[in-house]
Amino acid sequence: MGLLERLRQLRPEAHQTSGGSSAGTTRGTTGGPREGSTRRAPDDDIAARTQALVVQGNEFGYDPFGLSKDSLKTAVTLARFFYRHYFRAEAHGIEHIPATGRVVFVANHSGQLPFDGMVIAAAAFLEPAQPRLVRSMVEYFVPTVPFASYLFSRWGQITGTPENCRRLLATDEAVLVFPEGARGISKPFSRRYQLAEFGKGFLRLALETQSPIVPVAVIGAEEQAPAINLRRVAKLFGLPSLPIVPYPPFLPIVPLPVKYRLYFGEPIQLRGDPDDDEDVLDAQVKIVKNRIQSMIHMGLRERQHVFW
Amino acid sequence: MNDSTSSGSSKLDEALGGPTERTLPRLRKVVITGISGRFGRIVARRLHHELDWQIIGLDRRPMLGKPKDIEHHSYDLRSKKARDIFRAGDIDALIHLGVMHDPRARPAELYSWNVTGTAKLLEYCQAYRVPKVVLLSSANVYGPRPDNPQFLTEDAPLLASQRFPQMRDLVEIDHMTSTFLWRAQQIETVILRPVHIVGPMRNAPSNYLRIERPPVLLGFDPMVQLVHYRDAAEAIVCALTPGRRGIYNICGPGELPLSAVLRELRRDPLPIPHPLAKPILSAAFRFGVSSFPVAELDFIRYVCMVDGRRASAELGYRPRYGLRETIHAVDEPA
Repeated sequence: MGLLERLRQLRPEAHQTSGGSSAGTTRGTTGGPREGSTRRAPDDDIAARTQALVVQGNEFGYDPFGLSKDSLKTAVTLARFFYRHYFRAEAHGIEHIPATGRVVFVANHSGQLPFDGMVIAAAAFLEPAQPRLVRSMVEYFVPTVPFASYLFSRWGQITGTPENCRRLLATDEAVLVFPEGARGISKPFSRRYQLAEFGKGFLRLALETQSPIVPVAVIGAEEQAPAINLRRVAKLFGLPSLPIVPYPPFLPIVPLPVKYRLYFGEPIQLRGDPDDDEDVLDAQVKIVKNRIQSMIHMGLRERQHVFW
Repeated sequence: MNDSTSSGSSKLDEALGGPTERTLPRLRKVVITGISGRFGRIVARRLHHELDWQIIGLDRRPMLGKPKDIEHHSYDLRSKKARDIFRAGDIDALIHLGVMHDPRARPAELYSWNVTGTAKLLEYCQAYRVPKVVLLSSANVYGPRPDNPQFLTEDAPLLASQRFPQMRDLVEIDHMTSTFLWRAQQIETVILRPVHIVGPMRNAPSNYLRIERPPVLLGFDPMVQLVHYRDAAEAIVCALTPGRRGIYNICGPGELPLSAVLRELRRDPLPIPHPLAKPILSAAFRFGVSSFPVAELDFIRYVCMVDGRRASAELGYRPRYGLRETIHAVDEPA
């Protein structure tokens, strides 16, 4: 509770600093009076925000990873619907999203389908004065799926190889990593809000590129698909997982309209040798993991209801 | 092209047998294999007319429109006569463009021509002290794969032949030459791996881009890299500079989705669902309607792009043609 209060008190001044740091992109509503406790008036001019995004593009409007601002607008319009209306997401600690420079967002992963990634990306795009394009690392099978293969890349998402991540951070972009990976997203309802084992890849990359890590706690995604996982059946059919939900259509294709709460934590700047001993790296991973876990606890205490 | 890099030229001098030889104003002599192809002729013309090299062409095909002062031999690379060209001992460089890709040729014959031929060439170069060897490989040797990083560096494994048996020869030649690069320390070996070279030539990417209704795979639109044929020729000239050795990816002016390239050329793509594309294309290939082997479908499905920073840092190569010029090079008259 106390931490949240502090977060809330932080907001107005952080607001001014973030507004000031991007004087070129001031919008009418950014300086306006705040609504309620934590929300300010939605400033959702997608065209202007897309324009304000800092991306490198060639004369045809594509960046080296295939991002196109034109396609991005469609994606953001869709994401905004989910963010504002379907999940009625609430984002705390927006001031911790750096307006410029490389950054690794590290978040807990849950909910069978990666809506959490979309909501985090939407928050970073819609909430701060200077919109940030969050690039998440998609699974290797995505490029083999028709339409998803190129749509993901037009929307700025990238195949999750370490080389890609390194290259993006080197050019001061924002990368979203779920270190729990598939272990996190497909965990059963009974293990909600318990972090699965973290991979060390994100840490190595952050150390190597000297990037700050912004921990993100996602509250709500766990309840969007309260599933049990039929591991044996999945194995039989060669699937990575087979989540079953107790309502039609029994597969978690449509998420429940839960309320999302996002907590962006203070950036963590870790230093060290990316090729250090496993033990040393494990300790640093633990710093990040504990920060996320404590933000999750805080968010759960704060929450009155799953759906509103 | 002057001997400005002192360390490089001294290395060359050693290889040639004495410092005096380099300073003599004699014409530098280069052997170009595959000179009769359109790209070969462009490289030959650039070296001959603009940089005053003495050219010896080596190609089984006759060389059309050959200038009188270009020597041309229709020898097999594996023959004694080909060896005799090198035996004279005054060859300054070998440019190996003669990797045969004919998809209709018998695989065994292709393999023998390409792999044995290259092995022989490298053997001649070592035996008769040719100080510079340039191989034109291709960025395709890395292979289009769903889990490729967006930009492959030179040390990425060459996985093309895993799914693409037709690439086996080129992958093997590339491997063989990179072994040669480390084994024959006194020879400056340069392997160039250019992205799809486009221009008025008959290679797979240019042919594909010239089709009015090119087939594409429904739901796939990978990023592609193209390089203008004159830029690719320039990369070879850069590689000839004394002192340069190593493996280099050669990039063009940038990256574009395949659809944007086709739009720029005002083509009308024909989307085919990918499960159907394979049978359709293999039937078309069998009946002689198309010359594209089925495995090449992966090039319009997955990304196979390279990082060209090493070539710009070490070779000093930079593409001079922009994206639009490069794309429209396919429609240039031959």
